[in-house]
Order: sequence, then C-alpha cells, then structure tokens
Amino acid sequence: MLRKLLPVVEHVVKGPVWDCQMCGQCVLHSTGMTCPMTCPKTLRNGPCGGVRPDGKCEVKPEMRCVWVKAHDRAENMPLLPKSWREEITHMRPPVNNELKGDSSWLNLVSGLDRQTPAGWQED
Amino acid sequence: MSEFGRLLADRRRPVVTAEFPSLDGGDLETVAQALEHYRPYVDAVNITDNPAAHAHASNVSMAIAVKQLGVEPIMQVVCRDKNRLAAQADVVGASMHGVTTFCALTGDDVTAGDEPEARRVFDLDSPQLISIMNGISRGHYLSGRELKHRKELLIGAVENPFAPPPEVRVRRAKMKVDGGARFLQLQIGYEPALLESFMAGVVANGVAERAAILPTVILTKSPGALRFMDGQVPGIHVPAPVIERIANADNAAEESYLLVREQVEHALTLPGVAGVHITDFRHDDSLRRLVSDLAIGPAFAASQAATA
Repeated sequence: MLRKLLPVVEHVVKGPVWDCQMCGQCVLHSTGMTCPMTCPKTLRNGPCGGVRPDGKCEVKPEMRCVWVKAHDRAENMPLLPKSWREEITHMRPPVNNELKGDSSWLNLVSGLDRQTPAGWQED
Repeated sequence: MSEFGRLLADRRRPVVTAEFPSLDGGDLETVAQALEHYRPYVDAVNITDNPAAHAHASNVSMAIAVKQLGVEPIMQVVCRDKNRLAAQADVVGASMHGVTTFCALTGDDVTAGDEPEARRVFDLDSPQLISIMNGISRGHYLSGRELKHRKELLIGAVENPFAPPPEVRVRRAKMKVDGGARFLQLQIGYEPALLESFMAGVVANGVAERAAILPTVILTKSPGALRFMDGQVPGIHVPAPVIERIANADNAAEESYLLVREQVEHALTLPGVAGVHITDFRHDDSLRRLVSDLAIGPAFAASQAATA
C-alpha cells in the first residue's frame, strides 16, 4: 500500500516545486536543491561543456543551465546546512534505473538509494 | 604504461595531439591516406565518437585501424549514444586490438546534429564513465564482474575553461582526475584570460601535476569559419574582435594561421600546460608549418631534448 501511495504523494509535493522526475534516488540536498534530472542530458556530476556564455543551457537556450543554478544555490541559498553545500563536489554514482518511479523517501529509509554496483569506485 | 602514457607523465617535451577527421566509408587505405597528413607531426590522434552528433564510421573501428597503421589512437567515448553496457563493451573490445588510450566525454546533444529526432541516451555522465574505465583498467566491469585478461588503460577527459562557471570548471577537472583521468584536452577557446585563470586553478589544486593538460586550437582560414563555430558549435564562443581581426586582414588565411600560432605560443608559456591539441580544418600545409615554427612534437623531439 505504502509502496503505491508514497510515490503519488512524493510527486505531488516535489513535482511543482522541483520539477521532480521521480528517479527514486533523490540527491536534491547535494545539488543546491536543484534536480539534476531536469538537465536535458540528466547529468548528475556538474555542467557539460556546452553551457552558453550567458549561463544558459546548450539544448534549451531559454533555460538557465541546471548545474549553473545548482552551484549558485549550493553557495548562496539561505538555510542550507554546510554539509549539504559541500556535497555538491562529491561524485554521484550512475543512476539506478530500477528505482525509477519509486518513492525516494522509501529508498532513503531502506538505504536502497545508496547501494552501488560492486565495481563502482572500489577505493 | 604505453609510450604515449610515459610521454604525458614525464613532461620531457610538449606533447602534440591532433583531431583525426571523421570518415564515412572507404577501407583501410582510406584511413591510411588520411593518417599520413598527421603521422610525422603528432604523438597521438583523437578518434572521435560521432562528433557534433553526426553519425560517422565508428570510434572503435577507426581506433583499431589507426593503431594497426602505427599511430597512437585516443579513442573518444561519448555518453550520448550508448548505455553503460555498450560503452564498456566498446572499451574492452578496442583494448583487445591494442587500443589502450581512451577519452571520456559527455558529448554534444543530439539537437546539435543532423538527426535531432534521435533518442539521447546519457545513461552515464563523463565523470562516471571515467571512473568505470578506471575499473576496467583494474580488471573489472561496473558490476564487479572480473575481466579474464586485464589491460592497463590510459584514461583522459575533456574540460571547457571557457564555459561558465569558471570556478566549477576547475573543480570538475579535479573530479575527473580523482576518478582516474591522466590527461585533459581542453575545449577550443579565444579568451586567453579564461585559460590563464583555469590553468592557475588546476596548478593550485594539484590537477596539472597529476594529469597532462592540453589546450586545443583549431586551424581555420576564414572569418566565416569562426562565425560558424561561434553560432553553431556547442561550447565554443568566439568574441567579435577576434572575428573582426580575421575579417579585416588583407590575407585572412595567413592572419588565421598567425592567430593560432599566437594561441599555441601563449598556451605553452602557462605553468601546467603539457602540450597542445590541434584540430586542422585547413587541410593544407599549416599543421606542418605550426609544429615547425614552434619546434614541437615528435619531429622536433631531438632539438627539444637538447634545449630542455
């Protein structure tokens, strides 16, 4: 029941505010409260080289680059804890496509959102 | 470590790499003919992966061909066209043919190409792809499954010091080097101050010591080429005064050459720069002239060693 209900609630809450794409492994806190899945290339680790000189997106020139926004907010957004601000420089693992559509809240509690393949950065 | 890897690591002279042109069919002889333009003057050539989101002969096939013909290929792998399974398969497959130098890129979006209706993949981003290549170099796939025969890879990446935000570019370069990149080829750019501040940043955070940094220049011969790049190529910005300099010159082709020579001279004076990457859109004698004027690359290795 909870597995079916929570994704609906989560989407209602996070959709309008962050344009949540329901990847099921939310990293908003570490990306200046800016959803990297709204980047047309769904990049999880910073801006591509196509950012325009005015900070707009390569793919959608009318949109500010998601990662320009994320870095700006990680530094300047009020009330963001220091540890969250610093996490923007951390490497985020490849998206687990099996979790798409799940509630990231449930996956946070279960730890499923932090599981990575055995060969991911063994150091 | 490969000979090219040693050259990048020991910094005994500036390294010269060049962009190998994309081919659309032909045979091994077609590759061989194209390669002769570069062979005497470069230490390695970039084998692109559907550049600017246009389909061409595959990166794997071209890298194998160039390797067989005796030149070191840098096989680019972009994140746009293939998922993590296909990307890993390409790297492992190419390595079985002696291709051991790879470069991971995000890739221009499909909308930059001639088939904008294509599905974009981006299952991985470039820092993730670098890290996965590093895993393959250590003998396993992303899943953790072991490779039967491990082969050490030399992994590289790209960065664009000319795209905002500048301080993020320095941090992103570090993320890529932390993930295993040992060389960084930079995007083409016409703002020396941005290159200088990027280089100062990567020297200060230790990246330039751990990875060979190669700024990129492009040989062109007309103001139209610069206007095209400025307007059509993602990630390249050409300031108006640069275009005007070429447009107002008596000899646009000669002025274009002089501009590039100045760019390379400037880049090589910057601390942390290990060499230069050259894209040749002129297809004339300019590549030979450039490395000769500056006495860089394998053709001048002896004279450089003498002055070092």
